[in-house]
Amino acid sequence: MFDRRLVTNFDWGLLGLALILGSIGLVSVYSAVTADPPPAPQKLLFYKQIVWFGIGLVVMFATLSFNYRLLERWALPIFISCVLMLLAVVMFGKLAGGSRRWLILGPVHFQPSEMIKIAVVLVLAKYYAKTADSRGLTLREIVRPMLITALPVGLIVVQPDLGTAGLVALIAVTITLFVKVARRSLALLLAVGAAVVPAVWMLLKDYQRRRILTFLDPTHDPLGAGYHIIQSKIAIGSGMITGKGYLQGTQNALSFLPEEHTDFIFSVLAEEWGLVGAATLIGLFAVLVFRGLSIAHRCRDPFGKVLAVGIVALLFWQVVINIGMTMGLMPVVGVPLPFISYGGSSTITVAICVGLLMNVSMRRFMLE
Amino acid sequence: MNPYFKSADNDWVKQRIVGLSLCALVAFIVLLARLTYLQAVVGEDYQRLSVNNSIRLQIIDPPRGLILDTNGVKLAENRPSFDVAFTPKDAGNALGVLEDLAAYLQVSADDLSSRVKDMRGMGAFRPVLLRQDIGRDALAVIEARKMDLPGVQVDVRIRRNYIHGSFASHLIGYLGEVSPEELSRGTSTGLRSGDTIGKFGVERTFEAFLRGEPGGRQVEVNASGQVMRVLNTVAARPGRNVHLTIDHALQQRTEQLLEGIAGAAVAVDPQNGRVLAMASSPPFAPNAFVSGIDAARWDALISHPFRPLENKATQGEYPPGSTFKIVTAIAGLEEKVIDETSTFDCAGFVSFAGRDYRCWKKEGHGRVDIHRALAESCDVFFYRVGQRLGVDRIAWYAKACGLGTGTGIGLEPEARGLIPSSVWKKKRFGVPWQDGETLSIAIGQGYNLTTPLQMAMLTAAVANGGTRYRPRILDRVETMDGDVVLRSLPEAIGKLPASARTLAIVQQGLTAVVNGERGTARRVHLNDIEIAGKTGTSQVVGRREGGDDYTPPHLRAHAWFVCYAPTSAPRIAIAVVVENGEHGSSATGPIAREMVKAYLRKLPNGQKLADDGVQVLVGGRG
Repeated sequence: MFDRRLVTNFDWGLLGLALILGSIGLVSVYSAVTADPPPAPQKLLFYKQIVWFGIGLVVMFATLSFNYRLLERWALPIFISCVLMLLAVVMFGKLAGGSRRWLILGPVHFQPSEMIKIAVVLVLAKYYAKTADSRGLTLREIVRPMLITALPVGLIVVQPDLGTAGLVALIAVTITLFVKVARRSLALLLAVGAAVVPAVWMLLKDYQRRRILTFLDPTHDPLGAGYHIIQSKIAIGSGMITGKGYLQGTQNALSFLPEEHTDFIFSVLAEEWGLVGAATLIGLFAVLVFRGLSIAHRCRDPFGKVLAVGIVALLFWQVVINIGMTMGLMPVVGVPLPFISYGGSSTITVAICVGLLMNVSMRRFMLE
Repeated sequence: MNPYFKSADNDWVKQRIVGLSLCALVAFIVLLARLTYLQAVVGEDYQRLSVNNSIRLQIIDPPRGLILDTNGVKLAENRPSFDVAFTPKDAGNALGVLEDLAAYLQVSADDLSSRVKDMRGMGAFRPVLLRQDIGRDALAVIEARKMDLPGVQVDVRIRRNYIHGSFASHLIGYLGEVSPEELSRGTSTGLRSGDTIGKFGVERTFEAFLRGEPGGRQVEVNASGQVMRVLNTVAARPGRNVHLTIDHALQQRTEQLLEGIAGAAVAVDPQNGRVLAMASSPPFAPNAFVSGIDAARWDALISHPFRPLENKATQGEYPPGSTFKIVTAIAGLEEKVIDETSTFDCAGFVSFAGRDYRCWKKEGHGRVDIHRALAESCDVFFYRVGQRLGVDRIAWYAKACGLGTGTGIGLEPEARGLIPSSVWKKKRFGVPWQDGETLSIAIGQGYNLTTPLQMAMLTAAVANGGTRYRPRILDRVETMDGDVVLRSLPEAIGKLPASARTLAIVQQGLTAVVNGERGTARRVHLNDIEIAGKTGTSQVVGRREGGDDYTPPHLRAHAWFVCYAPTSAPRIAIAVVVENGEHGSSATGPIAREMVKAYLRKLPNGQKLADDGVQVLVGGRG
C-alpha cells in the first residue's frame, strides 16, 4: 500500500537543511573538542558525535516512515511513559553537577527531560486538535493542558533543571497561544499571574531570591555564570567580521569557555567564523523555522497543524535561548543548540523533530 | 472536524501562522543585531581582550576561623604570607626573568625554572607558585623591581599560625594539602586542588566551620599580567571561630607536667563532659606543617619511638591495669557475687589451674573487703570476684561503662580499645576462653585495652553519680563578629550499670586510695582538696617470677592514675598514663594531683612545678 505521492511530496528542502545544519554541528564539535589542551584532547567525543549523527539519521527516517496521525492515538501513552522516566530520574537518576538528569540503562545514559519536550508537544496537539475553536479557549478548557504541562515541568524543576523546565513551559505556552485563547480568559490569566508572582516572591527566602536573580542576570554571579558570559562575549566579539579562522579560536583553546562543545558551542563557531559565519547560521535557523511554519500552514489536519507548530516552537526556543545566552541576552541555562551542540539525547530529539516535520509535510495530501 | 480547523484554509488561520512568523522574525533580528553589535561594533575591544586573555578570575581565600580556648585565649590564628608566583605567558623572556628573580630570592635559577617546566598551552596562563612565605626583605626587593619582572606577582595569602607552638598540638591538629580522594569525595564545596584543609584534630573535626567560603574577583590584566582594573568582586566569607572547652592554663600546666615523658593526660568536667585539658606527649610543632613539611622532618616524626604524631589520649590503647578494678567492683556488687561485707583472704597469690596468680603485694593483704581491696588495690580479692563473675559478665559491665567503643568525642581517628569476651576470643583466635584468663581480665590485664579518654569518662561518671556524658571539645562556634552560631550542650549518653549504693561503695573505696591510711596513692593527698582516685599498672610483658630483676625501660609497665576532685562536688575528673612509668602512684599520681591543684586552686599561669618538692620521674619506684 505504498503511496507514490509520498515520494513526490518528500520534503527534500527540509532534509537538505537538516543535513547542512548537522554538518556544521560536526565541524564545530570537532573544533571545540580538539582544541582542548592536554591532558584532555577529547577527540573521542567527535567520533561519538559522528555515531550520534548516523543514529539520528536512522531515527529521523524511522519517524517519517509511518503516518504521523497514529501518534494522535499514542500521544498519551508516550507522555505517560516519559513522565514515569522523569520520576525515575528524580528518584534513581545519576547525580552530576548537583542535579539528577540522567537515567542509566545499561550502557545507555540519557536525559528523559529531552524526550518529554516532544511528548508534551504530542499530547497538547492531540488535546487542542479536539478542543480548539475559533472563539478561543475558555478558562475551563485551558485547565487540563496546564495540568498536563505542570506535571513534567514540576518534575524537571526538582532535578533541578530550571532551564529545561522553563523551556517546556515556553513550548506549551506558545502552542496554547497559537490555537488561540479567548480574550477574557487571557486577560484573567495575566491578572492572576500579575498577582501571584509578587506574592510568591514575598514568600521566598533570601537565598532563593538571590538564586533567581542570578539566574535572570548572570552578572550577579561574577565568579560563575557571569564570568562564563564575559568569556563567551569576548570569544564571540573577538571573531569580528570574518573570524579567526577554523581551529584558530583562542578562547576555546584555553578552556576559558565552559562546556564549549555543548552549551557554548555557538561562541566557538562565532569566534572562528566571525559575523559572516555566525549570521549565516542564524539565517539557516530562521529558514528552518519559517519552513516549519509553512508546513503547519499547508497541513489541513488539525493534529498535524498543532504538532508542526509545537515542533517549530521547540526548535525555535532552543535556538533563541542558547544563542541569546552566549551573547548575554538570556539566562545561563543548560539548553543545547539544536543540530550543533554535542550530545546524544539532544541529537536524537532534533532528529525526531525533523522527522515529524517531514512526516507532516509529506502526508499533507492524505487528509480525506 | 471542529469549526476552527474546518476553516483551516481560510485567511483567519493563515493570520495566526503569519503572526507566529512575525514573532520569530523579530527574535532572529534581535539575535542578529546583538551579534552585529558584539562582532562589528565593539568587536575590536573584545579582540584586544582576547589576545592575552585579559579577563581573569582570581580566587580570594577566606580567612580561616580562629581556634580559641573556653576563656577566649587564641590558640590558632592567621598571618599574612607573601608568595611569589609566575605566569610564563606574561613574561616574554621567561628564563631571563627567572634568573633575575632567583638572584633576588637568593635561590638557584634552575630550581625556579624546573617548577615552571611543562607549562604550555593553557597552563602558560596559570600562575605557578614559585616560593611561599618569602621574608619581608625579599618582598621589598621584588616590589621595587616589579617593572623589570614581567609575569612575576606577589600574592598575599593567609597562613595558619599556631600561636603557642606545640601547645595542645594533638588536640588542635594541623593542616595539609587536600588529597585527590578528599576532592573527589566532594564533601566541602568550593574546594580546589592545592587548597589546605584540616587533616588532624580540631582543624579536621571542625573543618566545615573553620573553612569559610572563597570569594573571587574578575580582573583585567595588561600584557605583562599586571592587574589593570578590578571588574567585579565577591567577598570571601570568613570561617567561623571555634571556641574549645579547653582551659588554656590547665592545658599548659598539664603539658609541662608531661614534658620528657611518653604519655597522655585528660581532664574533663564530670558534670557535663567538657574536656578541660587533653595532652599527649611528646608534642609536635604544627607550624611546621603549614607550608608543607619536608620529607626528612616527616620521617623523623614518624620513626620517633615515642610516636609524637599520635594523640595518646584518644588513640593510645593501654591495658587499664588496676584502674579496671572499678569495673570489676561494680560488676561484682551489681551481680551480687559479693556485697559490702564479703571478704577474701589474700596470701599474696591465688593458685588456679596449676598456676599461681600473684598479688602485687608479695606478703599478702590478709583479710580484705571491697573497701580495702579498692584502697590497697588487692589483686587477690579481684581475682576471686572475677572467678565468680566469669569473663562475659565482666565484659558486659565494661561495655556498659563505655569501654571497648569510641567515646564519640569527634576527634578522628579514635581508638576503640578492646574488651575481650569468650565469643570474641573464639572468633579472633579460634580457641575457647581459658578460665585463668578471666583472672587477668578482672585486674585489667590480659587482652583488655582502653584509651586514657575512655578511663577519664568512666571516672567522671563514677564521680557525678552515674551519668555518662559524651566528651565534648567544642564550646561554641561564633562568627567573626561574635554572634554565636552554635553552642554545644551536655549530652548524656547513658548511665553506669550501677545502683546508687554500689557507686557509693566504689566512691568510698576510691577516696580511701588517696586518703586512707594504707591507700596506694597516699602521696596524691592534698590537705585542702579531697581527691578520690585509682592507681594502675599495666604490664607490657607478663609479670615475671622474682620481679626484682632489672627490666629495660621499653618493657617496663605503663603507669595509670585516674581521679576526681573534690569528692563532695566533683568538678574535674582526670586520667593519666605514663608509658613505661611502672607504678601508678609514683609516676602518674603527682601529675594528676598537680592538675587538680592547677584547676581548682586556679594557679597563675606558668608557675613552676616545685612546691611540695614533687618530682616526676619516669620509672621511679615509690
